[in-house]
Amino acid sequence: MTFLKKTAASVLALSVMTGAAFAGDTIKVGVLHSLSGTMAISETTLKDTMLMLIEEQNAKGGLLGKQLEAVVVDPASDWPLFSEKARELISVHDVDVIFGNWTSVSRKSVLPVIEELNGLLFYPVQYEGEESSKNVFYTGAAPNQQAIPATDYFLEELGVEKFALLGTDYVYPRTTNNILKAYLQGKGVSDGDIFVNYTPFGHSDWSKIVADVVALGADGKKVGVISTINGDANIGFYKELAAAGISADDIPVVAFSVGEEELSGLDTSNLVGHLAAWNYFQSADTEVNEAFVAKWKETMGEERVTNDPMEAHYIGFNMWVNAATAADTTDVDAVRTAMYGQEFGNLTGGTAVMLPNHHLAKPVLIGEIQDDGQFDIISQTDEVAGDAWTDFLPESSVLKSDWKDLGCGMYNTTTQTCVQTLSNY
Amino acid sequence: MGSRLFLGGLITMLRTLFACLALMCWCQTGLAQELTVQEILQQNKKLVEKSSRKTIGPVIAQIAASNLSQAQVFLEAWGSKQVWQRRSDGLFFFGTEVAKRQYELTDPDSGEAVGEFTKKQLKQLKPNSGVRALIATALVQFQLFDPDPAKRAEALQTMERVPTAMHLAPLRLSIDNEQDADLKARKSRLERLLTISFDPDTATRVAAIQSFEGGLGVDVRATLNPLVVTSMNITSGDLPTDENIARVIKPGSEYLSMPAAYDLLVAGKLAPPATSAEDIRAALVAHIDGGQVAKISVAQLSDPEIRRQAYDRLAEQSLVPAFIGEEDIAKKLLGYRFYETFAETSVAVTDAAQAALSKIDLNVGMNQTLDLTLDAISLASIYFLAAIGLAITFGVMGVINMAHGEFIMMGAYTGYVVQQVIPNHTVSILVALPLAFAVTFAAGVVMERLVIRYLYNRPLETLLATFGISIALQQLAKNIFGTQARPLTAPGWLDGAWVMNDVVSISYIRIAIFILALIFLCVFLFIMKRTRLGLETRTVTQNPRMAASMGINPERVNMLTFGLGSGIAGVAGVAIGLFAKVTSEMGNDYIVQSFMTVVVGGVGNIWGALAGATMIGFLQKGIEWGYPSNTLAAQTYMIIFIIIFIQFKPRGIIALKGRAAGD
Amino acid sequence: MRTSFIAKYPSVLVFLLALASFTIIVTILSEGFGIGVISTSFIKTLGKTLCLCLIAVAMDLVWGFAGILSLGHFAFFGLGGYMIGMWLMYERTRLIVTEALMQGQIPPTGSEVIDSIGSQIFGVVGSNEFPLIWTFADSLGLQLLLVVLVPGILALVFGWLAFRSRVTGVYLSILTQAMTLALALYLFQNDSGLRGNNGLSGLQNLPGVEAPQSIVSMWFFLASAMALGLGYSLAAWIVSGKFGSVLRGIRDNETRVRFLGYSVEGFKLAIFTLTACIAAIAGALYYPQAGIINPAEIVPIASIYLAVWVAIGGRGRLYGAVIGAGFVSLISTWFTGGKAPDIPLGFYTIKWVDWWLVLLGLSFVGVTLFAPKGIGGLFDLMKKRRARHEHTS
Repeated sequence: MTFLKKTAASVLALSVMTGAAFAGDTIKVGVLHSLSGTMAISETTLKDTMLMLIEEQNAKGGLLGKQLEAVVVDPASDWPLFSEKARELISVHDVDVIFGNWTSVSRKSVLPVIEELNGLLFYPVQYEGEESSKNVFYTGAAPNQQAIPATDYFLEELGVEKFALLGTDYVYPRTTNNILKAYLQGKGVSDGDIFVNYTPFGHSDWSKIVADVVALGADGKKVGVISTINGDANIGFYKELAAAGISADDIPVVAFSVGEEELSGLDTSNLVGHLAAWNYFQSADTEVNEAFVAKWKETMGEERVTNDPMEAHYIGFNMWVNAATAADTTDVDAVRTAMYGQEFGNLTGGTAVMLPNHHLAKPVLIGEIQDDGQFDIISQTDEVAGDAWTDFLPESSVLKSDWKDLGCGMYNTTTQTCVQTLSNY
Repeated sequence: MGSRLFLGGLITMLRTLFACLALMCWCQTGLAQELTVQEILQQNKKLVEKSSRKTIGPVIAQIAASNLSQAQVFLEAWGSKQVWQRRSDGLFFFGTEVAKRQYELTDPDSGEAVGEFTKKQLKQLKPNSGVRALIATALVQFQLFDPDPAKRAEALQTMERVPTAMHLAPLRLSIDNEQDADLKARKSRLERLLTISFDPDTATRVAAIQSFEGGLGVDVRATLNPLVVTSMNITSGDLPTDENIARVIKPGSEYLSMPAAYDLLVAGKLAPPATSAEDIRAALVAHIDGGQVAKISVAQLSDPEIRRQAYDRLAEQSLVPAFIGEEDIAKKLLGYRFYETFAETSVAVTDAAQAALSKIDLNVGMNQTLDLTLDAISLASIYFLAAIGLAITFGVMGVINMAHGEFIMMGAYTGYVVQQVIPNHTVSILVALPLAFAVTFAAGVVMERLVIRYLYNRPLETLLATFGISIALQQLAKNIFGTQARPLTAPGWLDGAWVMNDVVSISYIRIAIFILALIFLCVFLFIMKRTRLGLETRTVTQNPRMAASMGINPERVNMLTFGLGSGIAGVAGVAIGLFAKVTSEMGNDYIVQSFMTVVVGGVGNIWGALAGATMIGFLQKGIEWGYPSNTLAAQTYMIIFIIIFIQFKPRGIIALKGRAAGD
Repeated sequence: MRTSFIAKYPSVLVFLLALASFTIIVTILSEGFGIGVISTSFIKTLGKTLCLCLIAVAMDLVWGFAGILSLGHFAFFGLGGYMIGMWLMYERTRLIVTEALMQGQIPPTGSEVIDSIGSQIFGVVGSNEFPLIWTFADSLGLQLLLVVLVPGILALVFGWLAFRSRVTGVYLSILTQAMTLALALYLFQNDSGLRGNNGLSGLQNLPGVEAPQSIVSMWFFLASAMALGLGYSLAAWIVSGKFGSVLRGIRDNETRVRFLGYSVEGFKLAIFTLTACIAAIAGALYYPQAGIINPAEIVPIASIYLAVWVAIGGRGRLYGAVIGAGFVSLISTWFTGGKAPDIPLGFYTIKWVDWWLVLLGLSFVGVTLFAPKGIGGLFDLMKKRRARHEHTS
C-alpha cells in the first residue's frame, strides 16, 4: 500500500516533464538535490521530504487554489551541474521556488544564477555563514545557532580547556573553525590549546589522529573535540574512537554534522554520551514531531529516521506556503516581502521566525548519543536569531544583513554604507 | 612590578572550588541535619531543574554532607538519569520504566512506591556530563570505602578524572585496608599523583615526582606539566629574587618577536599602542576639513606616503598621538626585561618536575615512533589486503580490472546482508567471510566469461569495459541498498584496543586485519607454489599456447584465477567494512591506491605487492607525522613521490627478471 | 601543403561544414541572437559540449593516433579553467571592491584595494592574503598565456620523466591517473591558494560586461565552435603529415619505429604536450560557461570518462571523438535532467535517474566487446557497403 502510494507520488511528481499541458494549472516547486554521486547519501532524504510535504499540501487543497507540482532534477553531486540545473529550473521549467542544495560549494555555484534570474532558494543545511543573498532563505543553522552554543556548553558545562577542532577539508569546517578559534581566543583560551586538523572527504584511517587527540591531555587540561567531520568519514572516526576506549566523560566529542541519519550506519553502543548540536532531534518530545516522524516512517519505511535539515525544509516549505498565501501570488519579490516576520511552529516546540537577514530564529539543542542511535536532548536554549555575519571575526563583525529595511545583505555599520548587494561567490 | 598572569589551570580552579565547598558543607551540616533529600531538593528546586555545572555544586555538596543514609543511593540514581520530577507538584522521585511511556515512581527518602505515571506527567532530570562529574566526585567519599570493589573502582576512576586536594587524605586512609591487589596498586599510584599536586611538603612531592621518572602515563604528564606552566612578566628594573623564574627572554628572539613584546608592553599599559595603517586612516577620516586633511587634499590620500605626511602634520598640531613605528618600538623595548616565572613557587619541585619530564619526553618520543610504526603496519596491511586480489588479476594475469573496488564493495555488502539474517556478530562474520568469497568469486567468473576473455589481447580496452562494469555495479548497489552507509559491526571481542601503555596502542580490529592479510599471503603462496591450479596459472601466464599443448585448458585456468582474485577482494571487503564504512562508493577509495600498490611493488609477484603496500603505508604515516594538521597534504605528497619513484624504478621494487618479465 | 592535407583528409571539409551549419542554426534559434527557441541554459550546455568535443579530439590524437592512453588529460583541462578563472574572479572582485571603497571618505591606497580583494576572494577559506600563484591574476594577457603555459609545462615535465624511463601501456595510464589524482588532492587543500574544495566560482559573469547571460552565452558558444573548428583542423593537419605517420607507427609498433632511427620519446612528448595545451584551451572556454571550477572536476574518473567518449565515438578517427563526446554528454544531460519518461512496469517503476548510470556502464562494455570501432565504425560499414554495392553493379 505504502509502496503503491510512493510510486504514485513519484510518478505524479516526475510527470512534469511530459505533461506541459498542465503548466498553467499548477504551481511548480523545484527540488534541486543530488540523487546520485557522493552527496546522494544525504540529499536523497531531502528530496523525499519535499515530495512528502508537497503531497501533504496538495491533500490539503494545494496553494492559491492550484495544485503544487514538484520538478525534481538530479545535479549528481557535480557542482557546476548545480548551476546548470538551477538555470534550467528557473528559465525552462518556470518554477516559482527551489528547495535544494546541501554543500556550501553547491550553494555558491547556484548563487550567481539565482541572483541573475531573480529566483528563490530555500537552503536547509547548517552552514558557515558569511553570506547573505537576496534570493536565498537560509533555514539551516548559522554558526551562532550551532557552533557557538555548543562551544559555550563545552566551556561552561563540561569545563573543557583544550580544544581539538577536527574537520573535513572544505569551506564549512574551515570557516566554522576560524570563527571558533577567534571566539575561544576571546574567551581566554590560548593558541597552544587549540589543535586543528583537516582530513579529506571519506577519510577512513583515523588511528593516528585519535592518538594525537588523546595525547593532548598530557598537560593536565580537560580536552574536548569539536567535530565538523562530514558524511561517511564519521563512521571510521567513531569506530576508531570506540576502539580506543575513549569515553565521553574523558574526552567529549560534539559533532555538527552527525545526525540520526549518519548514526544509522553505526553501532552506537560504544559512543553513548558523545554529543551533537542541532536545531532538531528526532527524539524531541512534542506532538507535532510525533506526527511528523510517524508520517515519515509511514511514507519511507519503519527503519528511516528524521533529521535536522528535514525540519529546516519542513519549516521553510510551510513558511513559503504561508507567505505565498499572504501575498496571494507566487511572484518572487512579493513572496520575499511576505516572508519577513513569518512564524511557523518548530517540531521541537516554540516558533521559528523569519528575520530580515533571511535567517531563522530557532532554538539550539544539544543531545547525547544513546545506544539506540537516537539523541537524548540534554539542553535546549530559547530561540537564537541566526546571524549572517559572525560577530567574532573582525572583518565580519561590522557587517550586517537587512533585506527588509536597508535592502542590503552586506551593510557596513561603521561606515554606514552598503558594501555590495550581490553576494560573494 | 609587572602584571602576573595566573595560569593555574584546572587543578587550581578546582582546588579553590572545593575549599569553598568544604567550608560550606561544614556550615550547613549543622543547620541542615534534619532535612531529607526531598527537602534539600525542594529548597534548591530551580537549581536542580536546570542543573548546570556552575551552580549545582552546593546542592550536591549539601546532599553528600547530609549524613543521610539514602544520600549515596540518591546521588547514584541522579547521576544515571533515573530521577524524575512529577509535573503536578514538582516533587522528585526515582523512576523505573514498567511499560512503554509508563514509569513507576519511588520516594527517594523512604524508598516506598508512589505509583505509576505516564511520561507526560513527568519530567526527567538529565544531568549533563559536567554535572555528572560533580556528582561522581561527591560520591567518592562513600564509594572509596564501599565493600563492593566495583564501586571502589568507580571512585578511583572519578579521582583519576578530576584529581582534587580533598581526596588525598581519605585516599591515603583507604590504601592500607585495600584487599584487592589491582585496586591497591591503582590507589597507591593515584596517591603519589595527588601528592605531587596537593601535598604541602616539598620533599614528599619531590620524592613522588622522582618515583615517576620515565613513566609513560598521560596522567603522569598531566600532573607534572601544570607544575612547569609559566607566565610572562615584564620589569623595568632588576629581576625579582622572590619569584621562581624559569628563564629570561630577549625580545626579537625566536621565542618573542619585537611586535609581540611591544604588544605585551601595551597590554600592561607600559607603552602607547603602535600606529597601524588603519589608525592613520581613521585619524585622517576624523580630521577631514572641507575636502582637506592638514592642508592636503583628500584626493591625494590614496598614496601611503602622503597619508603619513598628513598624519605627521596632524601630530604636530597635537590633534593625534605621535606616530610610533618600528624604531620607536625597538627603542622602547630596550628599557624593559621580559622573563617567565613558574606558577609553582618551590624551586625544588619545578626542577624535579622538569628533570622528570625531560626523561619522560624522550621515552614518549620513542614510544610514539613505535606507535607510528604500528599504525603504518596496519595501514600497509589494509592496502595489501585491498590490493592482493589485484595482484592476482593484474599482477599475474595482466588484466586491468577497474571493477576491483566494486568487488570489495560487494564483499562488504554481503557481510551487511549476512548480519541482517544472523544477528550474532561472531557467527555472522564467520559466515560472511566464506560467503563473500563465494559471491565475488562467482561474480568474477561471470565477468571473466562474459567480458574479459574476449579482451585478453587488448589490455587498454579491458580497462574501459571493466570501468563500465564498475559504474554499473556502483549504481546497482545504490539502487538496491540505498545511498545511506550501512552498518557492519565487528563482534564484541574485536572491540577495544591492545594497549601497551598510554602512548602505544592499536585496535584489535586492525590486528585482525593484519592477521587476515598474513593468512592471505600464505594462502596465495600456497596456491601458487603448491597446487596444481597455481602451477597451471603460472604456465598459462608465461606461455598460453605451450600450456595448451601440454594439456592445460587455459580458458578454465584463467577463469579460476580471475575468480580467485575477485573472491579475495570480496573477503577484503568484509574486513574493510568492519573498520571503515559500507557504502556503494567505498570501492573508489581503494582502486587507485591498489593499482599503485601493485605497480610500485612490482607486477607479477606477491612479494612485490607486499613491498608496495609496506612502502606506501610507511610513507603515508611518515608524511602524516610531518604534517600533523593536514592529512590531505600527506596523501598528495605520497602520490607525487610514487610518480617520481616509478620514473626511477619503472618495474617496481621487486622486478621480475629474465624471461618471465616479458615486455 | 594545405591542399594535400585536405586531399588526404577530406572529412575535415565535411566536418567544418557540418559544424558551421550547426552553429548557424543554433544562433538563429538562440535567445540571445535569434528567435529564442533554444533557452540560454541549453546554449550553455551546447557550448560546453563543444569544448568537451575539443578535448576529445585532443584525447583521440594522443590515444587514437599515438597509442598513449592518458587518463590525466582532464587535469590539463581543469588547469586551463583555473588559469582563466583566476583572472575572471580577480577582475570582477576588483571592480566590486573598488566601487565600494570609492564610496569611503578618503580614496583607498593600493594595498587597501589588494587587501580587500584578498579578503573577498579568500574569505571563504579563512584567509585574506594573495598566494604567490595569483601574481599575474590582474593581467588578462599574462593569465591567458598561463592557460597554455602551465598545463603545457606540467605535461612537458611529466611526459619527459615518464617517456624517458620508458613507462608505456597500462603503466603509463595508471601513472597519468596518479598525476591527476595528486593534482586534485593538492587543489582540494585549502592552503593550495585556489580556494580548496570551493574552487573558483561566479565565472559566468564577465567583469565589466553589462550584457545579459543570453548574449554572453552566445559569445562563448561561438568561441567554442571556432576553437573546435580550429582544433579539429590542426589535429587533422598533424595526422595527415609525416608526423602523423610516425605517431601511428609508434602506436602500432614502438620498437620498430625506434629501430628505424626515430626519436620515439621526442614524438611522444611533443604530442602529449600539444594535446595538453589543446585540452587547456578547451577548459579555459568551458569553465566560464559552467560558472564554477573546483578540484572535483579533475578527479581521475573524469579523465576515464573522456577515454570512454573517444572509445564510444571510435578512436583513431577525429570525427569519432567529436561524435562520442557530443553524444554521451548530451544524452547524459537528458537523463539526469529528469526529462526522460519513467517506465512503469507495474511492480516496479524504472526511474532513469536511478538506472541511467547502469545503462551507461553496460554500454561501455557493449561498445568495447561488439563495436570496438565505436559509432564511427558505422561510417566504415556504410562506406564498405556502398563500395560493395558499386562493385557489384
